[in-house]
Amino acid sequence: MSATVSRAQSHADRAAARTERRRPGRMANILSYVVLGIGALVFLFPFYYMVVGSLQREPDTSLAGAFPNPSNITLQNYVDINGRIGLLQGLANSGIFAMGVILCTLVFGILAGYALSVLQWRGRGTAFAILLLVQIVPFQLLMIPLYVQIARDYGLSDSYFGMILPFAINSAAVLIFRQYFLQLPRALFDAARIDGASELRLLWSIALPLVRPAVLTVILLTFIGPWNEFLWPFLITKEASLQPLAVSLANYISTVAASMSNPFGTILAGAVVLAIPPVVLFILFQRHFNSSDLGSGVKG
Amino acid sequence: MVAVIPESPTTTDGTDARHARSSRRRRRLLGENPLGLLLSAPYLIFVGVVFAYPLGLAVWMSFHDYFFSAPGADVEREFVGFDNFIFVATDPEVWRSFLNVGIFLIINVPLTVALSLLLAAALNRAVHARVFLRVSFYVPYVTASVALVAVWLFLFSGPGLVNQVLGPLAPDPSWLINPYLAMPTIALFVTWKGMGFYILLYLAALQNVPKELYESAATDGAGAVRTFFSVTVPGVRPATLLVLLLATITGANLFTEPYLLTNGGGPNGASTSPVLLMYQKGLEQGDPDVAAAIGVILVILVLAIALIQRRLVGGDES
Repeated sequence: MSATVSRAQSHADRAAARTERRRPGRMANILSYVVLGIGALVFLFPFYYMVVGSLQREPDTSLAGAFPNPSNITLQNYVDINGRIGLLQGLANSGIFAMGVILCTLVFGILAGYALSVLQWRGRGTAFAILLLVQIVPFQLLMIPLYVQIARDYGLSDSYFGMILPFAINSAAVLIFRQYFLQLPRALFDAARIDGASELRLLWSIALPLVRPAVLTVILLTFIGPWNEFLWPFLITKEASLQPLAVSLANYISTVAASMSNPFGTILAGAVVLAIPPVVLFILFQRHFNSSDLGSGVKG
Repeated sequence: MVAVIPESPTTTDGTDARHARSSRRRRRLLGENPLGLLLSAPYLIFVGVVFAYPLGLAVWMSFHDYFFSAPGADVEREFVGFDNFIFVATDPEVWRSFLNVGIFLIINVPLTVALSLLLAAALNRAVHARVFLRVSFYVPYVTASVALVAVWLFLFSGPGLVNQVLGPLAPDPSWLINPYLAMPTIALFVTWKGMGFYILLYLAALQNVPKELYESAATDGAGAVRTFFSVTVPGVRPATLLVLLLATITGANLFTEPYLLTNGGGPNGASTSPVLLMYQKGLEQGDPDVAAAIGVILVILVLAIALIQRRLVGGDES
């Protein structure tokens, strides 16, 4: 309550300050929009160029080629790339990979996040320290032992399970859940405990419905990891029918592209298909991908 | 955080003293809610299997003569002391890859910090088109590297659009096949791709800078530039520390970009990264012990740099 008042107060103060020095303020506003506009252009142009390039019959790298030319437009590149790497199979594999990771992260991440925030148990501090430490260990550095362990010892190469295993529980997601559970009023849990509800019942009927926004954020954040991951599935899948789209497209870029009549067109067509799912998801659900969630996820 | 745990009513009603005593003993051993351990168990086992064990195995491999053997075959792995590390330390390719990460960091870190803070500060005061701007900034971050590398290959190729725009200023040989420009181009790519994430981090940090500081700066007659450097920059110091740390980790993890953008770290190793080298030496050439040694050195370096940065920037992380 008092926070709202003081915020309104400071808002009024700021408005007053703004009228006081109107001219420099307006200049700064114009300047910041110029900066933001240039930024947006730099970030978006390659996406625009990806789409334009994927539709060109003849690759046109000149300035004019940056604009769609009706006489040079074709969907043939999409047909060609589909013939070489099987876009649908690749999308399905990426989807299975991502869904597996999301499911494991949701189930085990919620359990761990709840245990690390609401429940008191011996070793909780150590477990939380481990959670933070895991975030600094660069995953790629473990690639050789992980490969020996998962592909050689467990014999899980060329399987979805082997693909999913190293990513199964996203530690950032555990942190986000913990953060959300911590914000719930403790009295809520105490009251339910006095009424005789079991701890699992508390989690399922009281805590979980209240952190529903976190679930969507976690799904979004977790999705981009496996969907965009290249190195691990590249190491573990040799069979083309099991490769996620990022891997099959990368293999196409580094090997087969040279033998195609319009390699750039086909590469870009594959890139568009690979890019669309996360981009569309993040535009639709941009509300759930905001700085405070991200902050809690990274900072803990 | 102070957590007040109420005595559970079932154990204090006195009708079953023995039960109360045994449950008290259990509590002393496992804490108030032993269920917490059970609920965290899947995650802790996961960390053990996917992080702790491989980390230990990597260290073990780096001190032994490790080679790939047929599955199930029982082979002797000889302890070789620091041989793998000496082999790695005398390999100019390895030195080059670490130098490349250095080049990467020198370009990536200042650019990321400066540009993302500038864009976040501008976005923070913007009133119109906020959603559009925010989304357009983080779209590269959520898109697969493989897809974006494809466009950059097209843009920065010899006859590509960038060189067309530059005309006579275009570098020769072109960006990705030029030994002096290959690594900087990769650094630019990664900066561009990751910036959206850092803008969001700085946006969150800007919310935490006390408004009173801006007001008193305005009362003291400080201009926009002065305010930015005296209030905003120190105010977001913890976020800057985080950016430095994450950029270092990203640099240490570099693989996809040199593998695809410069065709395996070309030209002539000018853009190899340590992880790419680990892949080439460990899996392509079959020397996993050498690759593990590179990995161990890299982990130690990353941790050392992280500590130094913490000292230098000196922000207390909340």
